[in-house]
Amino acid sequence: MSRELLKGNVAIAEAALRAGMTAYFGYPITPQTELLEHLARRMPELGRTFLQAESEIAAINMVYGAACTGVRTMTSSSGPGISLMQEGMSYIAASDLPCVVVDVMRGGPGLGNILPSQGDYFQVTRSAGHGDYHPIVLAPASVQEAVDLTILAFDLADHYRHLVILAADGLIGQMMEPAELPPMRDLSDERPAYALTGAKGRAPRRIASFYLQAEAEEAYNLHIQARLARIRAAEQRSTEYFTEDAQLLVVGYGSAGRIALSAVQKLRAQGVPVGLFRPISLYPFPEVRLRQLAAQVSAILVVEMNAGQMLEDVRLTVAEHTPIHFYGRMGGAIPVPEEIENALLKLLPTEVLS
Amino acid sequence: MTDLLLEPTTVPMETVYCMPQALGSQPTHYCPGCTHGVAHRLLAEALDELNLRERAILVAPVGCAVFAYQYFEMDGCEAPHGRAPAMATGIKRVQPENIVITYQGDGDLASIGAGEILHAAARGEAITVIFVNNAIYGMTGGQVAPTSLTGQRTVSSPFGREGVPLQMSELLSVLPGAAYIVRRSLHNPANIRKAKKAILTALKVQQAGLGFGMVELLSSCPTNWGLTPPQALQWIETNMLPAFPVGDYKVLDAVKEL
Ligand SMILES: Cc1ncc(C[n+]2csc(CCOP(=O)(O)OP(=O)(O)O)c2C)c(N)n1
Ligand code: SF4
Repeated sequence: MSRELLKGNVAIAEAALRAGMTAYFGYPITPQTELLEHLARRMPELGRTFLQAESEIAAINMVYGAACTGVRTMTSSSGPGISLMQEGMSYIAASDLPCVVVDVMRGGPGLGNILPSQGDYFQVTRSAGHGDYHPIVLAPASVQEAVDLTILAFDLADHYRHLVILAADGLIGQMMEPAELPPMRDLSDERPAYALTGAKGRAPRRIASFYLQAEAEEAYNLHIQARLARIRAAEQRSTEYFTEDAQLLVVGYGSAGRIALSAVQKLRAQGVPVGLFRPISLYPFPEVRLRQLAAQVSAILVVEMNAGQMLEDVRLTVAEHTPIHFYGRMGGAIPVPEEIENALLKLLPTEVLS
Repeated sequence: MTDLLLEPTTVPMETVYCMPQALGSQPTHYCPGCTHGVAHRLLAEALDELNLRERAILVAPVGCAVFAYQYFEMDGCEAPHGRAPAMATGIKRVQPENIVITYQGDGDLASIGAGEILHAAARGEAITVIFVNNAIYGMTGGQVAPTSLTGQRTVSSPFGREGVPLQMSELLSVLPGAAYIVRRSLHNPANIRKAKKAILTALKVQQAGLGFGMVELLSSCPTNWGLTPPQALQWIETNMLPAFPVGDYKVLDAVKEL
């Protein structure tokens, strides 16, 4: 397989269909529209289902229906559309159905703008809808990683029968980079044991999220919680740079993490002992590794393209004696490496600086 | 006489009435006198007669029929309030060989789900919609619906409903994607028989892939109308029929040939 120059949105779309996505339903919204447009052409070419829905509410419920048939299915949107999908995502999660939702995050709140942001962190990691659950959330920092995590998203969704959100910021969606796409996966005709295919020669199958009795609903909730415990134990993902001897740690994901890396590299060249920890899974938050690193550094700087959302997870993870600082830009403003460098320099003890 | 009684009978017995196969045997939770049960029975009989049970997938609504996916002996699921046509679209697009049916109340279909039903019909989705119109929100205790009659008093329109009822069959019938849209009533046996025939036709429309089909059924809610079951049936005839005339609103020529 060779590397091609690909736009993030197109790369995600192409990776999804190569992962065996059989049905896609979506609604146009910048900065994810190229994803929908790519699939509008490619899915029919492959004899698969593509439909531009009348709204994100309809799109997520079409995904819900397709997921009931046991095929790989996906939708994509950005903040305002993800807000409209909350109810459907909660139903899907409460029906133990796998599916993938791509959120190419833009500036908010409200209509906001179409510029890159990480403002949906709360929305996607906390529950993505009503009730007690978390989707699995993956955050790419390059076009190649967006491809790889799209494949992983489908695999994790099937493995756990769980909702997976690919949380890409607008920069990842819009930028062009060389990336290698995986080969086309064969579509198997086999459907999982829960799939609604018509009760021919077997007992009827039923998919719902309705438990009238408190005991039954609580038992179902415990079932979700047990699954989430398994996910937290097995699926924490992160990557790190210059952490071995780091005394200062930057924590950032997606584009913010990537920009922070430039700042860290520059300071390292000047002999400053700074490292970067980049979470890849936002849920489960990679707390095990972060806790280890936090024990070795004198301070942490969290960098995000929002007002400090992952910051809360860092605070929940790291013991109280490690000071946690924050640098963020909002509303589509992108931090430049110099801003992060300056924020880091302010945190350095004077003996390190001299 | 005694001898005669003891004579072994050899007259062959013919089954003239039994539970439809497509309907399970568990009791439903519907109120006494509610015609949701009649609608269930008609749909099940029609599925049996066309031998479609093993191909069918039912999408139940949020509303009094929320448990419909349990009552029918076939594959089924339960949609968010109003979203059954979108879910059915997802299923039907992936598995066109299945017979996909939504079963929806009037709050579900005409209020919160007005967008989904409109677009499913406009796209000509080859699904069958059983639309149970009782002019009120049953499950939540009798609030006003877009289908409530002018002046109708409900717990959320205590001074009488303002405005006029939304006529979904009339509205959807103008869409080119709609192949078969009819309104029937469940208030007496003659009308029930006509309703059954319409459901049979609607399922055949889907089998033949002719487009979107919907059978609206005027249905009773004695509990929230504050009436006895017989009074409720009378109320359909006296009050609902003038606002919701039964009839064929869209029947493609191809449907007539079925
Ligand atoms: C999003 C959402 N809003 C509101 C409700 C509450 N709710 C449940 S059933 C119902 C009304 C159902 O009425 P209708 O569709 O007319 O069916 P019926 O109960 O009369 O058969 C409402 C408002 C809900 N479950 N979900
Ligand atoms: S509340 Fe009304 S619609 Fe619901 S089951 Fe009772 S009578 Fe039927």
